[in-house]
Amino acid sequence: MTERVPVSMKVNGETVERFVEPRMTLADFLREELELTGTHTGCEMGACGACLVLLNGQAVHACLTFAVQTSGDSVETVEGLSSSRVIADIQNAFHNANALQCGFCTSGMLVTAHELLSQGGVPSREDIRDRLSGNYCRCTGYQAIVDAIQSVARARAAEAEPSARPE
Amino acid sequence: MTDVLAKPLSAVDRPNSYIGRSVTRPNAKRLLSGKGRYVTDMKLPRMLYAAFVRSPYAHAKILNIETRDAAQLEGVHLIATGTDLAKLCKPWVGTLDHFHGMKSPPQLPLPVDKVVWAGQAVVAIVASSRALAEDAAEHVVVEYEELDVVADLEAACRRDSPVINPDLGSNLSFTLKLESGNVESAFADAAVTAEKTFLFGRHTAVTLEPRTIIADYNPAEEQLTVHHATQTPYQFQDIYSRYYGIAESRVRVIAPDIGGSFGMKLHVYHEDMAVVGLSMMLGRPVKYTADRMESFLSDIHARDHRVTASLAADADGNLLGMRVDDATAIGAFSSFPRTSVVEGNQVVRLMGAPYRFRNYRGDLKVVFQNKVQTSQYRAVGHPIACSVTEALVDDIAQQLGLDPFEIRRRNIITQDMYPYTSPTGYKFERLSHEACLEKLPELMDYPSLRRQQQELRAKGIHRGIGIATFVEITNPSPAFYGVGGARISSQDGAIVKVTPSGEIQCLISIGEHGQGTETIVGQIVAETLGVDRDTVRVITGDTEVTPYGGANWACRGAGIGGETALQAGKKLKQNILHVAAAILQAKPDDLDMQNAQIVDAGTDNVRISLADVARISYFRSDTLPAGTSPQLTAAHHYSPQGYPFAFTNGVQGCHVEVDVETGFTRILDVWIVEDCGRVINPLLVDEQIRGGIIQGLGAAFFEECRYGETGQLENGSLADYLVPMSFEMPDIHIAHIETPTLDTELGAKGVGEAGTAAASAAAMNAVNDALKPFNVSMSQIPMTPQRLLRALGHG
Repeated sequence: MTERVPVSMKVNGETVERFVEPRMTLADFLREELELTGTHTGCEMGACGACLVLLNGQAVHACLTFAVQTSGDSVETVEGLSSSRVIADIQNAFHNANALQCGFCTSGMLVTAHELLSQGGVPSREDIRDRLSGNYCRCTGYQAIVDAIQSVARARAAEAEPSARPE
Repeated sequence: MTDVLAKPLSAVDRPNSYIGRSVTRPNAKRLLSGKGRYVTDMKLPRMLYAAFVRSPYAHAKILNIETRDAAQLEGVHLIATGTDLAKLCKPWVGTLDHFHGMKSPPQLPLPVDKVVWAGQAVVAIVASSRALAEDAAEHVVVEYEELDVVADLEAACRRDSPVINPDLGSNLSFTLKLESGNVESAFADAAVTAEKTFLFGRHTAVTLEPRTIIADYNPAEEQLTVHHATQTPYQFQDIYSRYYGIAESRVRVIAPDIGGSFGMKLHVYHEDMAVVGLSMMLGRPVKYTADRMESFLSDIHARDHRVTASLAADADGNLLGMRVDDATAIGAFSSFPRTSVVEGNQVVRLMGAPYRFRNYRGDLKVVFQNKVQTSQYRAVGHPIACSVTEALVDDIAQQLGLDPFEIRRRNIITQDMYPYTSPTGYKFERLSHEACLEKLPELMDYPSLRRQQQELRAKGIHRGIGIATFVEITNPSPAFYGVGGARISSQDGAIVKVTPSGEIQCLISIGEHGQGTETIVGQIVAETLGVDRDTVRVITGDTEVTPYGGANWACRGAGIGGETALQAGKKLKQNILHVAAAILQAKPDDLDMQNAQIVDAGTDNVRISLADVARISYFRSDTLPAGTSPQLTAAHHYSPQGYPFAFTNGVQGCHVEVDVETGFTRILDVWIVEDCGRVINPLLVDEQIRGGIIQGLGAAFFEECRYGETGQLENGSLADYLVPMSFEMPDIHIAHIETPTLDTELGAKGVGEAGTAAASAAAMNAVNDALKPFNVSMSQIPMTPQRLLRALGHG
């Protein structure tokens, strides 16, 4: 067994300190050490997007990141994004559009959607599909996910600039 | 687009009318906030983790297994071989009696003398973490003697191939010959015939949550609890009990949130059986989660068929007869308990199913090979039968200069012909081919697509339009598995009860994997009882809590489980009204329920609340008239008793653009007109259809498990095995026709496989339509750019 090393980081706003093996990925760290099981692993090679989390505000694959690499950083997972309600409108839109079935890809989808929507504007369906191309969903037809993200973009744009509300 | 017809069962203006309405899934909020509880997420006290040493060879004798070094590593608790586990677990055989003459060798959790596919688990290691178990696996040394490998289907069919299972005498598992009418004279009389050989590659389910299981054996009580990502908890309760010799009542299987299944998570896997034995050996919980590579190597694969088929028609395009020769390779043994021959059986029986020709011959040959087992995955056999039939129908149409819609109109089974028995023995209660075929061109704006196609061809842009008519098998009776001796239930059970506060709980044997089972059961129970659906709690997936039933396979949840819930709800309502009548000194027949109130029937005149009936029944039964015995819990079991299956039907359209320089195909649009009988929740039904179509398109264009000559899987990762991602997938346009089955009061049929059934057929016809100017065609899926270029003569 490899010697454990200390890591300290902010996860969902709370400071956490643990001793971990250097080979432990951030995904395993979140899931096993912190019991934040909303972050999933589907391929463990950065292809499926189920493990996406925000690292210092940017979406990263937690399966391709070692926990020790993130010492001193700030990580946000679906649990934190849910508690802070910053993605509440996206979650509602997913719920209303039935943009999920089994839910296993959903945390990653929400992280991608959050990152895309944080840029503002109303992306086209093609833009949304392009941005989701690193998120694998086996259950849905993707269409409802695109619908949900587009509806949030429209609602946010309308709220930001009521006069520019689409018809 | 959703077109829902009138529903006799539920006047939509009535309070608590939910059947037929798009309502959201209450349980989805939990999944949306990262609070799902999948087996992958679970950790039990004192839990250990299993990893497996896997065979590097597709076919080899095991000469020696050396585990001493591995066993001495820190954190390793147990290393077990096939011989160790064979002391606890009885062997199983994947055959069924109604597949006469079928053969398959006995299987054990881990092999004792030889391996039969590359990636087969050979040695189990249990350690205090998965990482340590994997570390130890590297220190296990297995000595093999390589044997000749029978890798592909062609090799497996040859008489001189090495025999994988010497005790069975050959590599032949099963043959079937179907003959109806006079197929030879049909072909002799034909004005035109079409014949082709089709290849369907292996693909696999690629559920995002891999297979995962925690077995927790408690020696003190001789009790086994299994947390299992499965579609069929009761089936596994039976199997664990019988093969490990544990009393059935002491085996509990719990299926919590499941990250995708699609038929893949209902078969017996060797690792899963091993984990149960490991937990029994250790008396501690043991968890195994397949990683992605292990999933590709050990999850069931599907398809792997070579079909040669011909179709005959007269000069007017009336189809006269069909000949089919299907050969399929299933791995080194047949899967358990459903077997690996069901797909081939359905291929030869579903050929030509939408059409009324009466002369048919189907030959099926099922062979063993050194690859992982194939078995039932979404739309079992349907995409193959549909692709072959629909491609040949298009071929005939082209020869006769008929439009694809026109030839189908001339040959479909029409309303005056039901009930109808197909030449292969399937009984259709009532389908709606005419209505579907009438609606699809309208939905697609077919004439303008054809005009556009002509215009673009002149500019060197090659678009194609394909359509595919289909029939889908749903709501299976015991005719599917039960008659063959399988302990697979075709009935479901529901318990519906009133809580002391007047809320409702429904425990039901069908499970929830994201398709929306809990939602539709809540809709049905709420409407039947006359209560708000927010007050109905649906509980699924625990053999110790929910009543016994078949659970989820072959599109049976809504049709069979839904009817079970409906009848249980009606029983409970009668019970409630009896108590209410006793309290009110009224007659039960004069009372009804709405909004959780007991009202005078036919009015909204409230007499007493359900909550008061419940409170009095549970806490003040002393105030009830003598002899009143409140039964505020009702149970009901339901099994299909009319038609052996409830068939559904529909037609799909696909529009593609083929780049003839690069071989890349862009999917522009997909349309479907689908008839699943009574639609309980359009929002969920449409999502089932879309997801199904996407899986069919994946098979059509991307997905294939590719093997080398030595039987090594060459693309076992999500970087190498291509799955459909959002950017390549189109929006899908949906319309419904509703032909409820009259076998049930609910009238619902299944819908989960309709999308997959015809998507690859419509796609292949669309590609071939695009390729028409080049006089070439595709008859193999996936239709990769390389294969398209080869067809075009560039490869």
